[in-house]
Order: sequence, then C-alpha cells, then structure tokens
Amino acid sequence: MNPSTSALVALLGEGKVLYQREDLVPYSFDGTAALKALPGCVVMAEGTDDVGAVLKIAREHRTPVVTRGSGTGLSGGSLPVPGCIVLCLVRMDRILEVDSENLTLLAEAGAITQRVAEEAEAVGLFYPPDPGSMKISTIGGNVAENSGGLRGLKYGVTRDYVMGMEVVLPDGEIVWLGNKCVKDVAGYSMRDLFIGSEGTLGILTKVLLKLIPKPRARKTLLATYDRMEDAAATVSAIIAGRIIPCTLEFLDRTTIRCVEDYAKIGLPLDAEAILLMETDGHPVVVEEEAEAMAAIARAHGARAVQVAADAAESARLAAARRTAFSALARVAPTTILEDATVPRSRLVEMVRFIEQTARKHALRVGTFGHMGDGNLHPTFLTDERNHAEMARVERAMKEIFDYTVELGGTITGEHGVGLAKKAFLPAAIGEGSLELMRKVKRALDPDGLLNPGKIFDLQ
Amino acid sequence: MPKFDGPPRVVGVGNPRRVGLADLDYSILQQCMHCGMCLPTCPTYQETKIERNSPRGRIAWMRSIADGDQRVTESFGREMYYCLGCLACVSACPAGVAYAELFEVARADVERERVLENPVRNGVRAFTIRWVFMRPRVLRWLGRSLWLYQVSGLQSAVRRLGLTRLLPGRLAELEPLTPDVHAPFSDDRIRQIERPAGEVRSRVGLLTGCVQDLVYPEVNRDTADVLLANGCEVFTPRAQYCCGSLHGHNGEPELARELARRQIDAFNPENLDAIITNAAGCGSHLKHYDRLLADDPAYATRAIEWSRKVKDIHEWLSAEGFRPPRSEPQPQEVTYHEACHLCHGQGITRPPREVLQSIPGLKLTELTESTWCCGSAGVYNITQPETSGRLLNRKLGHIARTGCGTVATSNPGCMVQLESGLRGEAGKEGRTRVRHTISLLAEAYRRESGRVPAGAKV
Repeated sequence: MNPSTSALVALLGEGKVLYQREDLVPYSFDGTAALKALPGCVVMAEGTDDVGAVLKIAREHRTPVVTRGSGTGLSGGSLPVPGCIVLCLVRMDRILEVDSENLTLLAEAGAITQRVAEEAEAVGLFYPPDPGSMKISTIGGNVAENSGGLRGLKYGVTRDYVMGMEVVLPDGEIVWLGNKCVKDVAGYSMRDLFIGSEGTLGILTKVLLKLIPKPRARKTLLATYDRMEDAAATVSAIIAGRIIPCTLEFLDRTTIRCVEDYAKIGLPLDAEAILLMETDGHPVVVEEEAEAMAAIARAHGARAVQVAADAAESARLAAARRTAFSALARVAPTTILEDATVPRSRLVEMVRFIEQTARKHALRVGTFGHMGDGNLHPTFLTDERNHAEMARVERAMKEIFDYTVELGGTITGEHGVGLAKKAFLPAAIGEGSLELMRKVKRALDPDGLLNPGKIFDLQ
Repeated sequence: MPKFDGPPRVVGVGNPRRVGLADLDYSILQQCMHCGMCLPTCPTYQETKIERNSPRGRIAWMRSIADGDQRVTESFGREMYYCLGCLACVSACPAGVAYAELFEVARADVERERVLENPVRNGVRAFTIRWVFMRPRVLRWLGRSLWLYQVSGLQSAVRRLGLTRLLPGRLAELEPLTPDVHAPFSDDRIRQIERPAGEVRSRVGLLTGCVQDLVYPEVNRDTADVLLANGCEVFTPRAQYCCGSLHGHNGEPELARELARRQIDAFNPENLDAIITNAAGCGSHLKHYDRLLADDPAYATRAIEWSRKVKDIHEWLSAEGFRPPRSEPQPQEVTYHEACHLCHGQGITRPPREVLQSIPGLKLTELTESTWCCGSAGVYNITQPETSGRLLNRKLGHIARTGCGTVATSNPGCMVQLESGLRGEAGKEGRTRVRHTISLLAEAYRRESGRVPAGAKV
C-alpha cells in the first residue's frame, strides 16, 4: 500500500477505499476504447466531507486525483492517471429537492441522469438532456463533460440546464456557484467555468438543475432516402420552414445495413439515408408540424415517409435509430465512437468525406447522428489487436478531424476532449484559447492535482 | 429405447475441450466495450456500487486472467459465485457480449483451480452435483423419501418440536427453504406417449426436469394437457436425466456435456418437431447444447438439431398460434414475474403475457421491475442467503403493491423462492398464490368441459 492510500484508509476507513489489484483493474478504464491505466486506489466517497479529505491527502502526498462517476465517458476523461486516486462519486446519488415553484432540481453529483429525468417527470416537469448513457451516467459527469443527446437542436445541452453547483476546489475550499434565479449577473459566471471542465478544475458535489414543463404531445416520423443530399435538404427545409423538431436523427448506408442485419425491422438495404424526425409540444401544433414535415420530406425526394399513429408505432419507427449503436457494436470486437461536429449546412460534405476516408484506409465506418445539430457519430468497427488496422484508424481520424475544423466545425460535439482528442485540440481552437485555458488551470490548480494531462498539457 | 440408469458413462469424448478463460476465444472477452450499460441492471452492482461486483468489472477481471496479469484466486472464485448468473446484463448489453459463456467458463476455472475448496463444500458438491443429480432414480428416490417425511407429518412434528435447531448452523437456516415435494412424480402422471383428441398437428417431446418433477409435477401434467389441447402428440421419455444446467452453471462442464448427450439419446430430436420445456432455467441451458457439444464429433450435429428444436412452452404456443380457452370468464387478478432465464436467458417476454391475456376473466397487472431477479438464481438462495433474501423482499414488496391474488411465473426455482417468501405471510387470509403460467392456461382449458382443475396446487 502506498503512503497516500494508507493515509486515506486511516482517515476514511477500509469500507471506502479499494486498493487490491483485483479491485483496481475494474477501474482502470472508462467507456473509451483501447485506453487503460491502473490507479493506486479508489475512494468511494459518501459525501462532500469525504471529497475534502481526499483532496487534503492528495495535496499532502502530491498524488493526482481523477474524479469518476459511472465511467461511461467516451474520450478518456475519467481514465486514471497511473497510480492516482480515483475519486468515485456513485454513492453520492441522492436527489435532494424538486422545487416545482422555481422549476429546479437539486441532486448530488453521483445521481443517475435517468433518475433525475424520472423525478422531474413525476411532477409533470422535464429534464431534456438525454445522453446515450443516461440510464447509468451520473449528473455530475454530465455537467463535467457538458453532455449532449438527441434533443440538442431544440433543447440544447447540459450547460443550458445548470443553474448552480457545489464545487470542492483543489485547495479544499467548498464553494456554491449560482442560485435559483433565472436572471443573475452578479460577477463572473463561475459555474460556466466548471461545466465541461472534465474534472480538471474542481470536483462537483452537488448540482442545481433547471427543469421545464413537460411537452404534452409528441409525434414521430421516419423518412427513407436514395440520396444523402435529399435527407440533408429536408433538414434544411424544415428549419427554413420555421419548425424546430426535437429530434432529427439520421443513419447512413452502413448503419442501415448493420441495423437491419441485427434487428430485422424491414429497413430498405439500398437506401442511402434514413431520417428519424420528432416534434413535441402542444398537441395542435405537433399535429400541424408533423404534417408539414412529412410534406417537406416528400417534396425533397424521400422515397417513403411513415408517420406514427400512436406511441407503439413511434417506438417501432424509432427502433432503427435506437438500435444503431448496438447494431454497429456487434460487428467488430472494438468499437470507436467519435463525435465530429460541423455547422448543419456542411453536413453532407462531412458525411461524404467520412465515407471516402474509410474507403481510402480500408476501414469499416458507420455514421449516424444528430442531423439537426450537425453532430455526427462516425463509428469505427475494428479490432484493437490488429495494430496495422489501428494505425490506419489513427490516420483516418486525423484526416476527419482536420477536415471538420476546415469546415468550421469542432472535434467533439458532446464527448469531451479527455485524452482521446487531446492531440487534435490545438489545431481546433488555436494557441490563444489554449493558453487562456492553461492560465485558468494554473490559477485554480497550481499543483496540477486534478485530472492532470487531460484536455491539454500544462508544459 | 436407450437405457436410462446406471453409473454415468463417458461417451463420445475424444479430446475434451479445455475450458479455461485463457483458452477462450479472446474476442468474446474483447467484445465488452466497457460502456457501462449493464450496471443499472445488475442486482449485485446495485447492492454495492463497486465495479468488481458488476458484469463490466467481472469481465475486466476475467480478461486480466486471460491475459496472464492475474491468477484465479479464492477472491475471484467468491466473486464468480457472488454473481447471480441472472443474465440481466445480457439483455442490457449493446455489444452482445456472451456473458453466459464467460460466466460458465470462469466458474469452471474456479473449480479446476480448486480455489474455493473446503471439506464441507467438497462433500456437498460430490453428493449433489456429482452423485444425486447424475442419477435420476436416486434423485427421485430421495424425493419420495422427502415426500414421505413431509406427508407423514414428521416434518411438521420436527419443526414444532424445534428439532431443526439440532441441525448444524447452515442447515438449520436452510431447513425452512425445503420445498414441499409432490408425489406422484411426472412419470406416474403422464404416459410415455399421449395423443390429442383430434388431428395430430405436431409431435413434441416434453422435458420434465428435476425440481419441476419433484416439487411441481402437476405443472408437467398441465403442460402436457396444454400441448394436447393444441394438437400436439406428446412424447415424455421415462426417468429423465437432469438437463445439466446445474452442472454447467457450477463449473462442471464435463458432467454437463455427459448429461446433454444422455438427453439427446433419450429424445432423439430427429424424430420430433420440438422439444418443450416449461422450466426457464433448464430451457436457457438446453438451447446451448450446440455450443456445449460443438467439439464432440459424435454429437455435434445432433446437438445443433436439438438446440434448434428446444422451445420454451410459451414460445412454442405463441409461434404455433395456440387456441384461446373458451371457458366462462372466471375473474382473477394476476401479476407476472419474469424468470431471468426466460426474459434474459432466452429473450422471451411477450408470449407468457399472451398466454395470460388469453384466459377469460384474467386481469393482468404489470409488476414493477418484473425482470429483476427474485434471488432464487439456481442455488443462490442456498449459497448467498443474505443477498438472496434482500432480492426476495424487494420482489415481494412489488408483488404486494399490485394487490393481485396470484403471481404467475415460469420457472420452478422462482416458484420455490417466491413461495418460501410468501409462506412468511402464512395464516393471513387470502395470501398471494404462486402459479406457473401454463397451469393457469391448463385450468382454463379444463373449465371448458366443466372438469375440476386436477393439477391445481393451492
């Protein structure tokens, strides 16, 4: 047992500290493919005091701390630094308050996103962000990564729903940022600094979230296209027609084939794109918008448009998109899910480029994603033991991200930088932005204790 | 007809496949992309919130053993037996990881490395897994003795006098779990071949099981009746062997293979349209004989035929389009507990509900967390009584909240577990009854002709 681990056991007791190799191996990765590092110990914190205690010992022993929720991240953000203290918050999972008058919800950082959504729904309210891992992701992790989801176009991302937070700073100070006021211009918006900070600036222990009224109705449509360009034109026309659907998801040809192979739901194998569209809100408006969207899709070359008559049919239409990732993940031993994002108007160019790049490097890549907000998920189907192929994956990825930046896009729309995108960050944001980030990091965490080496290097 | 009893013989084994994690096709381990989607569905992870108690954590541990980074230790053994094997993770897994196979191979490794050995455990395993459950006649003889002990009033006398306290510690705790044995057993209730009244639409074999045969033989009779009512000729081989799921799930793959071969010999799948099981735990294992015997040149082809034809009774009825009962509606409120090895192990969720909803007068109320393990999990209620008890209470709470008089399910293990939990409510008027889904259907068919339900166990 190393000295910092012994100190933690002495302070917190055996029940909260894991240090046997067999206990550490399951914490040596997160949801990111092919990245692994063994921590020195894992602390199962049960409250803000435990978090403070971990930071105190980390400072004394100069041991890095990597904060973790359920470890579902896709950019290596919660991947341990070798020998570090993993600070796991999943036992801090209480929903502390649902305030129906102010439309807010207060939760501990380890509360599961799905539970947040359910607690809101129980009082007729709505927490819109719905990252793909919401059944197990923690709300603290969502805030730290500024997670997105399928509803970005209409409802925004996690950042748009964070009103306040409790943060433990690297020096052990506990601060409250924000409040229940819709309007608040008292000083810098410090909470925004911590949203998407990936555990490098402070440790979120409580989160105050904004809720909105639950939309009363919803309608689902599915359109099939012979040409990707027609699907993209449909999306543009819908938005030009002053409709903001809550979902505009698409699948490319590879994904369609994998889904059909796996789920046998009768998708046309010769189609080049499928568009899943959903509108929600007032029942009358929803009806009107659904009709208009169906008409726009037909006018823009959709081969077929299906409109769900009821909830059961909606679920059936949504099945293709819902099973997309599963269907792809089964094809190969290693699945690398990326999240290149471009302005909506450049989407077709990006999808075409991904196809060409995959062909050029002899790789299998299925692309699906959020067409409404330009957030694509090119998914590499490979095998990490095949080193030659992995090298081609690396090259293809670099080309794809370079092109993303060229189109005015971003290297990550919702997964975060972590380790996986670190190399691409300088080109994407420029040296000026990067240096500003470094200044902030140095000011808050001068000893570089929190999640060192993630997002960027301090040098 | 093949001979049924006698000491186990080993046939068809040329070069038995090694079964360790290190020898496994690595891509099975690699298929786990550690996304974490299994975590919310894993009952043991939800108990502790510690990764090693989750499917993702267990697979990582298995992988590090396969990589040679770690060894099979006692601690690993305890973890593999802490896992319920409920396979909820298999339903949740986006990447289709073959966890059932990993789990069986890992437990086989644990047994081969003898990391959990102690005299009591060895004795119990030698007596049960290696002896009783390899010999159908011994098993039934024991069953009959237990039945005599129970019906003679001796059991209640022993319990009343507090003599169970004389048992060694663990046995005394387990004694109340002893299920009521129901002689006569299936062979005396079902003839070897039974033909339907009308036209024969298909010819099926009926698996009678071990626990099902001893504790719920009337469920087997009910299953035969339901099959007959739907135009099936029913072939029920005598003195059937255990299907081997006990052995496969408890680290004895060689014995499991031996039992699979005997089962195939007894049924001759080539002559049948389907082989029907009414026990979810057995069915989930029976369907994998193809994998189990893949390296056995004498049986591999027959095992593929077998696996293709094994059908859970609900699955078969639904696929064949069963006849809804035409009896007078009899009001009854029923909720449905999904056996793990039916919903997760075999992916069968809709057919049992179709069966229930076809019964005139039956009102089905959905059970919260219906797919969450009840804690029976094979012999888990014996090996891990504490966790099992917590899972049982969680389940009983949900059942009570439905307000239904009957909970239907489709696995004898779950039935024993739920009954032992509901026995705690003994004395209360109108306590919840546990029934096999198929028994409810059989009763409805019997009511058509005005016959009193014969097999009903109340």
